[in-house]
Amino acid sequence: MTAQPKDIATYNFAYLDEQTKRMIRRAILKGIAIPGYQVPFASREMPMPYGWGTGGVQVTASIIGPGDVLKVIDQGADDTTNAVSIRAFFKKVANVAVTTDTASATIIQTRHRIPEHPLTAGQVLVYQVPIPEPLRFLEPRETETRKMHALEEYGLMHVKLYEDIAKHGRIATTYAYPVKVEGRYVMDPSPTPKFDNPKMHRSPALQLFGAGREKRIYAVPPFTEVVSLDFEDHPFEVQTFDQPCALCAAENVYLDEVILDDHGGHMFVCSDTDHCEKRRNAPTSPLWGGRAEGAGGGLDQSTPHSTPTPALRADPPHKGEGKEKQ
Amino acid sequence: MTDEPLLRVSALSKFYGSRVGCDNVSFDLWPGEVLAVVGESGSGKTTLLNCLSTRLLPSSGTASYRMRDGQFRELYRMSEAERRFLMRTDWGFVHQNPADGLRMTVSAGANVGERLMAVGDRHYGKIRATAVDWLSRVEIDEDRIDDEPRAFSGGMRQRLQIARNLVTGPRLVFMDEPTGGLDVSVQARLLDLLRGLVTDLGLAAIVVTHDLAVARLLSQRMMVMKDGRVVESGLTDRVLDDPRAPYTQLLVSSILQV
Repeated sequence: MTAQPKDIATYNFAYLDEQTKRMIRRAILKGIAIPGYQVPFASREMPMPYGWGTGGVQVTASIIGPGDVLKVIDQGADDTTNAVSIRAFFKKVANVAVTTDTASATIIQTRHRIPEHPLTAGQVLVYQVPIPEPLRFLEPRETETRKMHALEEYGLMHVKLYEDIAKHGRIATTYAYPVKVEGRYVMDPSPTPKFDNPKMHRSPALQLFGAGREKRIYAVPPFTEVVSLDFEDHPFEVQTFDQPCALCAAENVYLDEVILDDHGGHMFVCSDTDHCEKRRNAPTSPLWGGRAEGAGGGLDQSTPHSTPTPALRADPPHKGEGKEKQ
Repeated sequence: MTDEPLLRVSALSKFYGSRVGCDNVSFDLWPGEVLAVVGESGSGKTTLLNCLSTRLLPSSGTASYRMRDGQFRELYRMSEAERRFLMRTDWGFVHQNPADGLRMTVSAGANVGERLMAVGDRHYGKIRATAVDWLSRVEIDEDRIDDEPRAFSGGMRQRLQIARNLVTGPRLVFMDEPTGGLDVSVQARLLDLLRGLVTDLGLAAIVVTHDLAVARLLSQRMMVMKDGRVVESGLTDRVLDDPRAPYTQLLVSSILQV
């Protein structure tokens, strides 16, 4: 173990004071007891701006212990600013082990994705939630939406889906797709792509949701029914992609479009970086032998076309391409 | 027809502090009957309507409603969930200003379909077919179904609001100045439409209006209110042709003759 900074003691363990953690744990317990119900809590100021995951960080800080292994993802990636900063934050204030490996993490804090690798019992997924109220844009009055939740009046949620079909011919909502939890509360699964909705259903992992600015915590306990709302004649379906990941050739995963240049070049790659890297590095991967150097993560500029895939050349060659070689 | 009323109101009073909203109002409403409540501004008409539709709780008095199973239920003892359920299934409320009764940011079709979805309808095709049917019944073109009510004229909005309320086949509709703010020709068409719907569907309705002509056209029975009290009630034609209370006589004689 590397030498920890001596000033760790100037913070309480995991940054928050013990009273605050108790308060948040009570909210979490209540949330678990009433799946999908938004529990108000006294959200604290955190050393980051609202919208950067203050809710998720407070939930993580309240449940993390010295033996935990933390993974933080931002849109599926372990290496973006938000993920790196939060990981570094807990490494500093809680002195915990961190990882990018989904399977070995005990707590995974996520911004808007659920990892591709199936979660297991004992793992906790902590979501960062910007707007916890699924009815917000349909009914602006919080007093009214709370009443609607209390009385289970959810007709309005279908009005939104109706409008989608009337305008676009299908349910065009692709993220923050409303779900009904354990047949009772309608819940916003945070802006995860609806691709991830089926993963919430009967997940063996505990799912906790923290909205710092909105001061709400809610939860989906393990093995809870999570059903995406739909119409009988327009059933719920997830996004599909025409082509596999351009880097690891994975299919049936959620892909991000990556812009390669200013000329319309683009490719689709796994949004889950851990999943993608594991596949590329596994000796069983068909891509493994063909690679110039085995364990390179990310885009290798020296051999960009050594593993040509249809996705890489989805666009016609454009003018000016390969100019440097001439 | 049954020989039991739909709504029984007894000694209903609403006070705002020491001010009187409505005082000691009692009446029975029968299935299929349209009752007009008339009076000048501030006479307590709207307070009475809001109390009856449980949007306001009265200071004293009772109102009981005969549910679909034939049992009378005391309105102010029902739970809020039951009242709200009643409100969106067996009742309708037509506001004077359609913007209060419509969702202005969702399409006409969704406005009509909302109540169906609220009672558990989950088949898009059926909801849409019902919405088309109801739009045609209130004389709105089918091709306006995906337009927002913001793009509608005042008369169309009011007709849309009526369709939205009637789609679940309510038995009792409350109307608060349904023709207020509309020009006379639009008013006439709307009244014609309302009269047709009320007769076809056998609706009972309580219509609050200050317009005696509206009351004459729509209602069979009438209550005249002043300062929160009912000063006269009876068959509409009798009250208008042979007003007895001095205030009713004043009201009737104040009608402008063209």
